[in-house]
Amino acid sequence: MPEQRIVLRNCGVIDPKDISTYLNQGGFKALEKALAELSPEQVIEEIKKSGLLGRGGAGFPTGLKWQFASEASGEEKYVICNADEGEVGTFKDRYILERDPFSLVEAMAIAGYAIGAKKGYIYLRAEYHHLLDLLEGAIAQCGAKGFLARQGNFEFNIEIREGAGAYVCGEETALMDSIEGKRGEPRYRPPFPPSRGLWQKPTIINNVETLMNVPPIILEGADWFNRIGTERSKGTKVFSVSGDVRAPGTYELIMGSSLKELVEELALAEKVKMVQVGGASGRIIPYHLIDTPLAFEGVLGAGAIIVFNENRDVIDIVRRTVEFFAEESCGKCTPCREGTEVMLEILTRFWQGQGSKQDMEILEDVASAMMLSSLCGLGQAAPNAVVDTLQHYRSTYESRVQG
Amino acid sequence: MNNALQGIVAKHEAERNLLSLLKEAQDKYGYLSEELVIELAESLDIPVGEVYGVGSFYSFLSTKPLGQNVIRICKSIPCYLKNYQTIVEAVEGELGIKPGGTTKDGKFSLELTNCIGACDQAPATMINDKLYVDLTPRKILDILKRL
Repeated sequence: MPEQRIVLRNCGVIDPKDISTYLNQGGFKALEKALAELSPEQVIEEIKKSGLLGRGGAGFPTGLKWQFASEASGEEKYVICNADEGEVGTFKDRYILERDPFSLVEAMAIAGYAIGAKKGYIYLRAEYHHLLDLLEGAIAQCGAKGFLARQGNFEFNIEIREGAGAYVCGEETALMDSIEGKRGEPRYRPPFPPSRGLWQKPTIINNVETLMNVPPIILEGADWFNRIGTERSKGTKVFSVSGDVRAPGTYELIMGSSLKELVEELALAEKVKMVQVGGASGRIIPYHLIDTPLAFEGVLGAGAIIVFNENRDVIDIVRRTVEFFAEESCGKCTPCREGTEVMLEILTRFWQGQGSKQDMEILEDVASAMMLSSLCGLGQAAPNAVVDTLQHYRSTYESRVQG
Repeated sequence: MNNALQGIVAKHEAERNLLSLLKEAQDKYGYLSEELVIELAESLDIPVGEVYGVGSFYSFLSTKPLGQNVIRICKSIPCYLKNYQTIVEAVEGELGIKPGGTTKDGKFSLELTNCIGACDQAPATMINDKLYVDLTPRKILDILKRL
């Protein structure tokens, strides 16, 4: 079994309300090591050497992101933890926050040390408000023990900012505008957050799971992390499995593990028709291609795995996927604002058995335009399910053509 | 402008964080009415459109009256696969309202929402700030009765 608990090392082991249980498991040793033995540059080097790529879906090299922010000029810098987790079918960050908030605090402090930031924010989606007390309690206990203000020079304050219900605020620049109190609309890039981010200051934004990897990498070393996983995808990935499975839940696997093994042997799915990997913005994998590696080289996203059995209708699922994007589109850029609506109208026609050949051509054109010219990942990825199903289930579309 | 609203404005004025301000105003007044939006804009000396723009953007903010208890039933695919419609139908039957509506006594509003991250325990629903999971029609009716 390719399971290994690195990110989830403390989940179910410590009491998330009691920092002493975290300290018993070696909590805050990584921050102590960083402060005592490593310069900020050396911390960044270690993260770069580890090969850690972002776990929120985009897979950007974490060490490189930190390096850019560290090199940016200015005294005022920020660390943001992206806990917006709005991708459909994704609940891994919720699972982590519920069980090991202390690791997140430690990781953010290490990040602050590395880039020279004194302030961090956790952007917590409104739908996770039920975790607010737990998180605030964890931050308070870490502060009370003196971990966030020590050795004169180093200090780090963490504040939680809640969202207000908007999937697009998981996009890093929309998230920053939301913290600033505005509509959560993505910004034009460049400049990127490490040079101009929150309040136009150098900022790093990292996903919860990405940050959870930082303390073990500092303690065990980049070489240790490098030996786990594949050529391009180091370490493990936490997956959220739901849908037509008998064992839904959170699974952590070594990068490169087989989707088939996860779905059939761990999540106990039977008579699988297709799997949506990466949520609404992810890829659709038909069953005959299910033995594919879960890694950046294969399919990944943020790790949502939604399983559909033989009884599910492809057109129904794609239509609902596109409907999600039409609702969540922020409206700022034309390709996405208009394109999601057009795709939804057409898919609704197919769903009603009133599609046409021309509709299929329009779907392909609109998909291509959105992928090329949308301002952010929402519009760029919204057509993914359409493109994949047109490729793998063309005959299903054709069967819904009227006349 | 009344004292309570003035207090809220003063509290958030320094940081000029419209979103925080609007959240607090909604907590206090139930929803963001047209009058409220205009008053806030005047007090902050910014365009009404800017205030309304933030107030209408986020799904947890409302420019229409809301009931005391806002029921948000998740309709995204994982909850759809676990029959969220049966939960919707149970609530519609019990309260006599459809999604987008509010009961005449102002006690409940019903909305459909997108993925709330409880897919391993679907179907799931939020009522105000609390999360309810592994729902069945009977369970949701029990929950409503206890509110």
